[in-house]
Amino acid sequence: MTTVQYVSRSKAIAARALGDETMVMSATNSTLFTLDEVASAIWKAADGMTPLNEIVANKVCTQYEISPEAALKDAEALVKRLAEHGILLLSDQPFAGMSDARKESA
Amino acid sequence: MPSVAAVARTSSVVVEIGGLPIRLHCDNAAFVRQIHERYIGYVRDSVDASFDFDIELAPPGTESGDEDLHVTWDAGRWLMDRGDFRAEWNPSTARGRIQQTINPYSLDSVLRIVHTLLLARKGGFLVHASSAIRNGRAFLFSGVSGAGKTTMARLAPPDASLLTDEISYVTRQEGRYMAVGTPFFGELARVGENLQAPIEALYLLAKGPENKIEPIEGAAAVRGLLENVLFFARDPEFVKLVFDSAFEFVAQVPVRRLTFVPDSSVWELIV
Repeated sequence: MTTVQYVSRSKAIAARALGDETMVMSATNSTLFTLDEVASAIWKAADGMTPLNEIVANKVCTQYEISPEAALKDAEALVKRLAEHGILLLSDQPFAGMSDARKESA
Repeated sequence: MPSVAAVARTSSVVVEIGGLPIRLHCDNAAFVRQIHERYIGYVRDSVDASFDFDIELAPPGTESGDEDLHVTWDAGRWLMDRGDFRAEWNPSTARGRIQQTINPYSLDSVLRIVHTLLLARKGGFLVHASSAIRNGRAFLFSGVSGAGKTTMARLAPPDASLLTDEISYVTRQEGRYMAVGTPFFGELARVGENLQAPIEALYLLAKGPENKIEPIEGAAAVRGLLENVLFFARDPEFVKLVFDSAFEFVAQVPVRRLTFVPDSSVWELIV
């Protein structure tokens, strides 16, 4: 995929970190997800303003021995799956009104 | 406690579960009598109640086939809708209305929903679990249908007080988690004793070739609990409250896997 993707955490969720994992529950259907360490890093950085490839480069590739291409491919599959359940939002544009969120997570 | 005959002459009955009295009004004396019998042990003769519900009975056969439950927050009211009942409840005015046919299951469902909504704001929840008090401490046995909740209740020794075989009522009182008796029963068809005690442990049930207990920690414990918590309302604020309560509960109360052979020997481990 060549399109730049932006990812934002949905507001219709409840989430908590527990050790290296993050538990996320959809508020619309109570579906529960447990994100592993890598998925948690992506989740935490999903501020709606940072492109996914930048998140992968800064939060995944710097921490784990994985090629940027493979990491991005895995990340795209992950965010697609989470988006299908409505707990993550995807867009090819930055999400409006998220500049403060980026500031907080920087 | 008023006699059944006395209740039948009045149009209302107060049902108190978890220390929360709810007055139910209905013009149909037979149904009021049915409520009194169904919730025996939880009926109060007090005139005080935290909430009032008016029950309007629809003729039998007017239920729709829709078994899906919908609980939504709209314009300051909770709306509850299933094929066999329609209800609304305004927490601000402390009043509600239930339209249902003359069967006890619809009212049971409305009461469960109302209690989950009230408990959520106080750090509590309802969970699919049987529970019992032994030696002054409460034990919860949780799992999906067929996991053994009713079996554990049925096997309970004489010195154990059964709180429920189906839906456990968990409250947070002064920072401690308590299990409270409920009239909500499952296959056992027996109203739980109206008692409460601090929760000693939550056991996630599994049937197996031998009795054994294993600790469950972290995300697995939270997941095990949340998979069995009753979530009626598809409301973000409500879901977040219950989600956070599950984490707080697991931080305080040990969660364990109880694999058991379905005979009374399993209770030798529950002390």
